[in-house]
Amino acid sequence: MKITKQEVEHVAHLARLSLSADELEMMTGQLDIILSYVEKLEALDTSGIEPTTHAFSVSNAFRDDHVQKSLDRDEALKMGPKTNDESFIVPRVI
Amino acid sequence: MEFETVIGLEVHAQLKTDSKIFCGCSTEFGAPPNTHTCPVCLGLPGSLPVLNKRVVEFALKMGVATGSEINRVNQFARKNYFYPDLPKGYQTSQFDKPIIEHGSVAIDVEGEKKTIGITRMHMEEDAGKLIHDEREPLSYVDLNRTGTPLLEIVSEPDLRSPQEASAYLKKIHAILRYLDICDGNMQEGSFRCDANISLRPVGEKTLGTRTELKNMNSFRNVQAALEYEVRRQRDLLLEGEDVVQETLLWNPDTGKTESMRGKEDAHDYRYFPCPDLVPVEISDEWLEQVRAGLPELPDQRRDRFINEFGLPEYDATILTDSRELADYFEAAQVECNQPKKVSNWMMTELLRELKGGSIEECRVKPEQLGGLLAMVEGGTISGKIAKTVFETMLETGQSPELIVKEKNLLQVSDESELLEIVQSIIADNPGQAEEFKNGKTKLLGYFVGQLMQRTKGKANPKLANKLFNQELNK
Repeated sequence: MKITKQEVEHVAHLARLSLSADELEMMTGQLDIILSYVEKLEALDTSGIEPTTHAFSVSNAFRDDHVQKSLDRDEALKMGPKTNDESFIVPRVI
Repeated sequence: MEFETVIGLEVHAQLKTDSKIFCGCSTEFGAPPNTHTCPVCLGLPGSLPVLNKRVVEFALKMGVATGSEINRVNQFARKNYFYPDLPKGYQTSQFDKPIIEHGSVAIDVEGEKKTIGITRMHMEEDAGKLIHDEREPLSYVDLNRTGTPLLEIVSEPDLRSPQEASAYLKKIHAILRYLDICDGNMQEGSFRCDANISLRPVGEKTLGTRTELKNMNSFRNVQAALEYEVRRQRDLLLEGEDVVQETLLWNPDTGKTESMRGKEDAHDYRYFPCPDLVPVEISDEWLEQVRAGLPELPDQRRDRFINEFGLPEYDATILTDSRELADYFEAAQVECNQPKKVSNWMMTELLRELKGGSIEECRVKPEQLGGLLAMVEGGTISGKIAKTVFETMLETGQSPELIVKEKNLLQVSDESELLEIVQSIIADNPGQAEEFKNGKTKLLGYFVGQLMQRTKGKANPKLANKLFNQELNK
């Protein structure tokens, strides 16, 4: 096994996902398959090769410091689960 | 047992750009909640961040100003955590390849000079603001601040006392202000500071268990919180107890640090390179351009004030602590060409009147203070009258020339006019005049005092001394 149920539970908790016992079983199995597949890369000797962080060798994509129009507040707020007229509302976090 | 204090500071400086770090939303402070958001800073799927070039320029300025190494190729990373102040579920920051590393600043605590290392500085986005409901179990989320550019500046654990920490913080603040890349407003949160602090027995090499302090939104609070924490940790260690590694909030009302008690999970940020943002490459030309455009910095300006104006180091250090104060000094000094007098007035009368407020809000403009001192130097008014005029200037914002004219405060330097009064004072005080003649020359002060009383302080003091000496010795 490449990954344990405990690790899957931990990662799920960090993402605030709650998994049922069945889902946990299924996810652990699927992640295990994925990790085994990716592990094939370890067969290659990558010493001396710079880690690839991007698919293209492009750098310095900038924008100038100009203000552009923001979304209307109503437009932004309507995407939230719960709002009053000015803020998103979430369960109290402290 | 004697303990050594070890402090490292983390500063978050909001960079003074017009738009956010990865989108065109405004960074304006105090706008109505959620009016400065867009798909990028809301973290909507499919949106693509593009880096604001000025953020990189500002970071480079700070790097060059602190003699740091610039990482010519650097990149952004995702710092993953789940909290409603960042709707993406991660903060875009820099991790293993920050833009700046290994710099330093010089500090001076009561004459003792020291160099404090800067571990790194990196660019990142600020998070949104949460307001917690007083009664209901709800939090309100305002995402205007989300995506405001920050420069995080991490010091080495080189600071050995709360005083050193405060001096370092003030120096970083001054440099940012001189570079004009951060407005430095601690109350509004555009300049924030967290501290790591631990104690160890003197001579011990390994660091003790540290605590992290947050919520210190003024220079005074930073020093007070650190002083409290030094005492708290020392008491624990002396009683043979352990310091618990935790995050503490400074409560300025009680003057104590308070535990956040289990409110944080163990950090597990799972950083990885951000695939949405391509690497940043700094060319020689770009770096040279930044270097060439660098303004005079606090330490250079202090040295110039010492060399050019002959100010004592103490004066020069205080005046150049803030860019605004130093600008004020130069604007006043150019009017009267009396640097030490300007410095004295600023450090006593002016700073006392400001009571910690900003010099830009002062009603007395630098040209006016310079004008006032020029009038004293030219003999138009006496130094004593100048203080009265200055008070009126503070109240009304009027020019010294106008006040002197309206209140008829011109110094009397007309010899014949003064002579008449001098003679009448001597005639009124025959006893004292006799004593003076018999060698009690200290009485000169008494006579001059009488003259000042009769002229309402307007008599030219040099002339007064001369006339009394001349008349009393007749």
